[in-house]
Amino acid sequence: MRVGRGAFVLGLTGGAIGAALLGLLVGGSHIPVGEALRAIAGHGDPSVRAIVLELRAPRIVLGFLVGGALAVSGAALQALVRNPLADPYLLGLSGGSSLGAVIAVAFGAGSVWGMPIAAFAGALLIVAAVYRLALVSGGGLDGRILLLAGVVAGAFAGALTSGILAVSESAQVRAAMLWLLGGLGGVGWAGVLALAVYSVPALVILAAESRTLDLLSLGDEPALHLGADVNRTRRRIYIAASLLTAAAVAAAGIIGFVGLAVPHAIRMVRGPGHRGLLPSAFVLGGAFLVVADAIARTLFAPMELPVGVITAMVGVPVFAVLLRRSATAVRA
Amino acid sequence: MNGAPDAPSGLTGSRAAERSGRSLELREATVRYPRSAMPQLDRVSLAVSPGECVAIVGPNGAGKTTALRALLGIAPLNAGSALLMGRPVAEWERPALARTVAAVSQREEPAFPVTVLDVVKMGRYPHLGPWRAAGAADDLAVQRALARADIGSLSDRLVQTLSGGEWQRVRIARALAQEPRVLVLDEPTASLDVRHEMELFELVQGLTREGMAALVVSHHLNAAARFADRLVLMSAGRVAADGPAEQVLTAQRLSLVFGWPVSVQRMADGAVQLYPERKRVAPGATRSG
Repeated sequence: MRVGRGAFVLGLTGGAIGAALLGLLVGGSHIPVGEALRAIAGHGDPSVRAIVLELRAPRIVLGFLVGGALAVSGAALQALVRNPLADPYLLGLSGGSSLGAVIAVAFGAGSVWGMPIAAFAGALLIVAAVYRLALVSGGGLDGRILLLAGVVAGAFAGALTSGILAVSESAQVRAAMLWLLGGLGGVGWAGVLALAVYSVPALVILAAESRTLDLLSLGDEPALHLGADVNRTRRRIYIAASLLTAAAVAAAGIIGFVGLAVPHAIRMVRGPGHRGLLPSAFVLGGAFLVVADAIARTLFAPMELPVGVITAMVGVPVFAVLLRRSATAVRA
Repeated sequence: MNGAPDAPSGLTGSRAAERSGRSLELREATVRYPRSAMPQLDRVSLAVSPGECVAIVGPNGAGKTTALRALLGIAPLNAGSALLMGRPVAEWERPALARTVAAVSQREEPAFPVTVLDVVKMGRYPHLGPWRAAGAADDLAVQRALARADIGSLSDRLVQTLSGGEWQRVRIARALAQEPRVLVLDEPTASLDVRHEMELFELVQGLTREGMAALVVSHHLNAAARFADRLVLMSAGRVAADGPAEQVLTAQRLSLVFGWPVSVQRMADGAVQLYPERKRVAPGATRSG
């Protein structure tokens, strides 16, 4: 099933362009391809231009960035816990991020720049809690224990988030409930800019650690023998993955399973080397979320499904396949 | 192990002149894990010089792996010192250490399907920065390692499809790709059949003839006796004996250390081989299977 590098890059690029076009064309009002492209170039009917440039284009770019951030974060976390079942959602990072963001909103700090910071703090808190929970087991940092601890910590963060939403009087917090469901519609270009700025340092850190991630997926001891500073790398990966998740959640709410399905697909066709995996996961994750968003907008139009419903429809079967495979590996 | 004769200290002493040239050395090293009553390593001294193959042998729980972990700077010392090339191992940066010492741990299971070639290439990690791409020198080192471990034909296979012996050779090849001066192997032949075990020891001995220092932990006393220049027999966290196989492997000492009657024979080629005896069954007692 492995695919050559040239064909893979070509397919990935084609897929990304196709996804962008799909996102551009699909929506409440029908806009033909030619007019949409003219609008992007700055010509044509002003009302069409407004729809394309102020509604659809930022939505597509946001979808790319959120999907890319979640997929890269998932790929890195999977190497870290040595388990293909990990992703920011299952490890509790998304839950922690949303808790932080909701607290920020409740205290009136819910700007596009403030929310990611609060979400980042929430995600780091959850990481610390997951670590503590996993260490209680005494089995070191067993990947399966970390996953279980992540699900528990995520559920705890979710409970606190619901509590805050329930007792809060502010209309802003009420609006946050809608945002939490996950969606790419709300934030416009300002949100895109914030997400891009917050993602860059995290992506740079992960790119610098990509060889070390290869080593970590062999196991801590082999990685150490090969010259990796395992503890330092682990800290950096957790921080970078938390920042990516937090920025994505602050911009688009909780969207699960992107980080699970996308890295798995790329490993199948291109192998697990992270120097290729991380950038490919970013592009495929972006394209995947843009397509999922286009489906979410059209399936019950004019009603809009939360995009997380679509990603779950894809992600849960992938999870089931991976679970079955890892269970077989354990028995073997 | 008070009853066991001490290590032939004269042997280590006679090499005092080479002290500065030692690749690996523990001096009176003590390691005590938290909440553990007995130290895992109790004032252990041992050394490996360039061109020498030393095997650490002994019963389960004797501290063999802990000695390796102390030498590699993974198990922190409570007392004594662990030296690599004459310098405390704790002072070494991990990449510099990995360029000097290649270590193969007991077990390793990659989390994702990965090819043999990719695994061997990871041996070049300590030679590369985070951003630097692998160059001609790296490719050459990888190719030489593949050839040396005789796994060139496997390079496109996924490691998950390999037999235990093949996987072990892949890990040795990766260690060779590190181009180390010291090779440390923890139970390298634990899951190997006779042929693969012999091949692996022949390979290690060939490397030491070229000047590499090798330290091997092994349960296989007979193989260790034939290939190692020196055996370090450990028992209950201490060195019970240290020297050439024929000095270390005496029936009395082995029986005491392993808690089982053992006889020792000398083979036609001069190698010392041990032979565990059956416990005598009391007359009239029925044997249960």
